Amino acid sequence: MANIKALTGNDAASYAMKQINPDVVAAYPITPQTAIVEKFSEYVSNGEVDTEMILVESEHSAMSACVGSCAAGARTMTATSSQGLALMWEIMYIAAGLRLPIVMTIVNRALSAPLNIHCDHSDTMGARDSGWIHLFCENAQEVYDTVIQAVRIAEHPDVQLPVSINMDGFIISHEVENVEVYDDSRVKNFVGEFKPRVSLLDVNKPVTVGPIDLQDFYFEHRRQEAEGMRNGLGVIKEIEAAFNKEFGRSYGVVEGYRLEDAEVAIVGLGSTMGTLRSIIDEARSAGKKAGFLKIRSFRPIPRDEIIAALKNMKAVAVLDRADALNAVCGPLLMDIRSVLYGNLDVPTVNYIYGLGGRDILTADLNMVIDDLLNIVKTKKIKQELTYLGVRE
Amino acid sequence: MSLEGKQKGWRELAMGAVLPAGTSEQYKTGSWRAFRPVWIKERCIHCLQCWLICPDFSALAKDGKFDKFDYDHCKGCGLCAYICPVKGKAIEMKKEAEG
Repeated sequence: MANIKALTGNDAASYAMKQINPDVVAAYPITPQTAIVEKFSEYVSNGEVDTEMILVESEHSAMSACVGSCAAGARTMTATSSQGLALMWEIMYIAAGLRLPIVMTIVNRALSAPLNIHCDHSDTMGARDSGWIHLFCENAQEVYDTVIQAVRIAEHPDVQLPVSINMDGFIISHEVENVEVYDDSRVKNFVGEFKPRVSLLDVNKPVTVGPIDLQDFYFEHRRQEAEGMRNGLGVIKEIEAAFNKEFGRSYGVVEGYRLEDAEVAIVGLGSTMGTLRSIIDEARSAGKKAGFLKIRSFRPIPRDEIIAALKNMKAVAVLDRADALNAVCGPLLMDIRSVLYGNLDVPTVNYIYGLGGRDILTADLNMVIDDLLNIVKTKKIKQELTYLGVRE
Repeated sequence: MSLEGKQKGWRELAMGAVLPAGTSEQYKTGSWRAFRPVWIKERCIHCLQCWLICPDFSALAKDGKFDKFDYDHCKGCGLCAYICPVKGKAIEMKKEAEG
């Protein structure tokens, strides 16, 4: 019988970490991620895991300790949010460049200034090009499942890249949901034993990690890294298929909702996709042919899957919970438009919404659907970028 | 700089540039030098302070005595000459350009 627990998104992440029982966790608390580190520390203190918990003085140190421990051959995990992620940024590139399979939960929160502790995606967007695989979750169950999957994705020999699991701050991290958890032994079997590619502690095979790499070799190593990211997409699917076989749950690298016969689609990340399920259902009842495309794998970009899912659309809206501050559009729109360009000729509009935790309302999303239907009807785009829910 | 055909391609290189230990020995940094340390044998008291302080292991000792400089790797930082306790110095830094 299914074991259902009432867990917050943060609890779901720390529960998965407990079952994974990593060798090392180096972390620093920050709202709204604090509960992950706090709960995990409890597991350590109670002897429920064998993990060496390193309590550091900053996130820069947390990620540095993760790099060191992973290079030493230890399965390594951490978690952070917002300013903490920004402080890790320098070392995130190093983790990816050294091809260290560190797994980190990011509880998405706005970046300062002004100071704000609530959800938006500006933190992860800042670390977008760091070489990490970034997976976005819709709810606590998906967080739990994705943390377990992430270990195997990161450690896959064809990938060997760090992975982040993203959940919306407070909206997922602090909301209590029913989460089906699996037996410890099944999770343990699924993640398997960590077989490190590199071990600084192996005195019989001494290695240099992080050598200087100039004009003659750096480019080749960056090319390798790009290939690891390319391989990531197939590996995410492969690990998910194995996960589905074992635990009976699957999300896909993208998920299309009622897109088969839709005319218009909304593309987005995270918890808003959950809200959209009922809004799309209502729109359908009202005869509006709308659907949505949830992007679960933000990096790597599931190019072919996005094109296939949107191929019959007559208008597309991209929701961005961050502003790229480039005077044109949000970050997700750039990706979607560059994927579609030359492949699908579909009008694409952008909505920047929910910054600093501003609620996205049913009325806002209904307006997006109506805007799209209007574009189809008039064949005209009234506004390419809308700041959705901002006071004029 | 094109090195095509001379070096390994990206598929063949070690992932993440993790290398066997000690490869910096193959990387000759001597050409970086602007000043060259010159050993003045008759002044040397073989205290080995230069051997101890050299950040590139380029002040070489043999049988407990100073032996020679490794000019393939010495970058000419001058720490050996700085630390030399001998009055008048047993190591002098000379401009490379002056030979």
